[in-house]
Amino acid sequence: MQRVARETGCDAVRCVSALLLWTIVVLLGWPGLASAQDSGQDSETITLGYLGMERDEDLEPLSVLDPVLDDEGVQGARLGVSDNNAAGQFLGQEFVLVESIVARDGDVLEGLHELIDQGAGWVISGLPREELEAVMADAALEDRMVFNAAAPDNALRSEACHPNLYHTTPSRRMLADALAQFLAYKKWDRWALVYGNTDEDRLLVEAYREAATRFGHDIVTEKMWPHEPMARRAEGGFHAIQREIPVFVQEFPQYEVLVIADENDYFGEYFPYQTWLPRPVAGTQGLMPTAWHRAHESWGAVQLQRRFEEFAGRRMTPKDFAAWLAVRSLGEATARTGSVARDVVLDYMLSDEFQLAGYLGLPVSYRTWNHQLRQPILVTGPRMVASVSPQEGYLHPRSPLDSLGADEGESSCRF
Amino acid sequence: MIRHIALGLAVGAIALMPVVAKAERIFVSNEKDNTVSVIDGESLEVVETIDVGRRPRAMVLGPDGNELFVAVGDDEAIDMIDLETLEVVRSQSAGEDPEVIRVDSERPYLYVSNEDDNIVSVIDYEQRTLVTEIPVGVEPEGLGISPDGKWLIATSETSSMAHIIDLEAMEAVHHRLVGARPRHVEFTHDGAEAWVSSEIGATVSILDMQDTYDIKHTIRFDVPGVPRETVQAVGVALTSDGRYGFVALGPSNRVAVIDQQTYEVLDYLLTGQRVWHLALNGDESRLYTTNGVSGDVTVIDVDGLEAIRSIPVGRFPWGVVVEP
Repeated sequence: MQRVARETGCDAVRCVSALLLWTIVVLLGWPGLASAQDSGQDSETITLGYLGMERDEDLEPLSVLDPVLDDEGVQGARLGVSDNNAAGQFLGQEFVLVESIVARDGDVLEGLHELIDQGAGWVISGLPREELEAVMADAALEDRMVFNAAAPDNALRSEACHPNLYHTTPSRRMLADALAQFLAYKKWDRWALVYGNTDEDRLLVEAYREAATRFGHDIVTEKMWPHEPMARRAEGGFHAIQREIPVFVQEFPQYEVLVIADENDYFGEYFPYQTWLPRPVAGTQGLMPTAWHRAHESWGAVQLQRRFEEFAGRRMTPKDFAAWLAVRSLGEATARTGSVARDVVLDYMLSDEFQLAGYLGLPVSYRTWNHQLRQPILVTGPRMVASVSPQEGYLHPRSPLDSLGADEGESSCRF
Repeated sequence: MIRHIALGLAVGAIALMPVVAKAERIFVSNEKDNTVSVIDGESLEVVETIDVGRRPRAMVLGPDGNELFVAVGDDEAIDMIDLETLEVVRSQSAGEDPEVIRVDSERPYLYVSNEDDNIVSVIDYEQRTLVTEIPVGVEPEGLGISPDGKWLIATSETSSMAHIIDLEAMEAVHHRLVGARPRHVEFTHDGAEAWVSSEIGATVSILDMQDTYDIKHTIRFDVPGVPRETVQAVGVALTSDGRYGFVALGPSNRVAVIDQQTYEVLDYLLTGQRVWHLALNGDESRLYTTNGVSGDVTVIDVDGLEAIRSIPVGRFPWGVVVEP
């Protein structure tokens, strides 16, 4: 048909029908002609709810250079909605974001119900694991899907996984594997592990151990740093620390890299340059595996960095990025399928066709067995990206990205 | 009278002589070095390196063939290189972060995709004025202009769309969803089709530009033995005889050879690392590729469909233009 049309222009019937159509358009107008993809359909709305929690007042970054943020995560969701609508205006799809930020001691389910009352058909979660699990267990959620854009817990991707839960933030295991691959590339395979006294740090230590085993590293020693809360300005980084840290690590057997587990940023920032032996510091501080960092500008990332900064008036954090990815996943799926129906969107999101541009050099997509977004992980210093994992040479029959995080065969997630 | 004609012919012949004798030159923008490498088409060696503004990427020859326009993104400008002296003779401001440029064959207009502003700028490079700005989707990148100058297609990377712009009205009249992160647009020489490559989607969408303005076919790539994620479609070159289409496949380090009529992928040719953009030479016997990571240009023999030479250039070569 098209081949014929190409040779002959339009035949009589075609020309007449085109003329007729034109007349109708002129007479009736064609709402959305300029906006919808020439099809004139009414715009369909998809409402997303961002469910977050107020910042823990006790948690401030140790370095005074890092800003204290009260809108982490939600800004990423807002920009994602704005990006989706830029294409949506041409496709007759409109994204709407409703938000609920719950107080530290507040009721997270109340926040969820608020979002549902405002029409949220999908939820983006900026919650920690415990609160997220409460949301997943709440009857009011019904069959809405939740995107976890904050909790790194491996359990949520394995034994505690949920068929209605998707993860755009990497698991601790993915971050640990990304670092372990880079350290293997460097042949720094004797680690000394220093960890904090929080539950999160103990979970991260487990992930480091698994990653070390997987990529052939030797953890020669593990030692807990006995952190006690103090104001970040009380210790300038040298008063007592300069003498304490060398003594703390002095007894360590020979190691090549000091790996820190301090997710709350209580003490890890003190460690670089203070070790007894001249050794690099990596982990939650120093050389860090992370989903996003301001120093990353490759593969078009500079565009997202600038767009976010103009939008939010500050730099994009990994939490903002995870929320943005969640919203963009939905935008990509609704645009491709031309539908906002939940089943259609999810089928597409989990299919081989789904390829989202995440400014990380490789397309990102969802693992069908635990709904984790497979994504490259930056390995970065404070001011410059050192590498991006997966490292070259780590092969995988499905995707090199599946060399980061628990693989299908070892996952205990059963939907 | 006769004498005048004879004189005219003689002058004409003299004027033509250097043109005939001149070998082809290939220009390559080096994104990291802030230079343009000049390769001699005979010796296949770099004969000159031109200093330009910061972060040179897309290039296009001016319509009279005397100047090369180079988008220098970090300077927010277009540098104009005199092809006689091989020096930047003037610089035209071009809005935030100009990446891809195309030039109108009739009017003194430059079309510039401004990634940060979600617009395509139209610049009169003679008057040095901004003619207009055409709103498109998020992160406009690829630009293609139809041979008759009627259509401009702009791709938006985040919206994954091809925006078909009527150049009389200077507005986008059709919007088509293509593969994820569309990078480049090339019209077939008869103007009947536009080929739109998508980096993340790893596809080329063929747009019908005569009748429906819809996607009539999507070409997919499956390079044996290469991770699927590394296959990313970027640069496109189409032979004028309608025989071959060539598509640069990014970090898979391959150029796909496609039958322009059946859209069948005929072959994958190995190139340098992260092959990005492509250009055919004047008689279309050779295809030049820029290889960003290995910092070289691969020369492909079009008849034999094989790489015959690799030429080291600057760091992160991006665009390539052959002076006819």
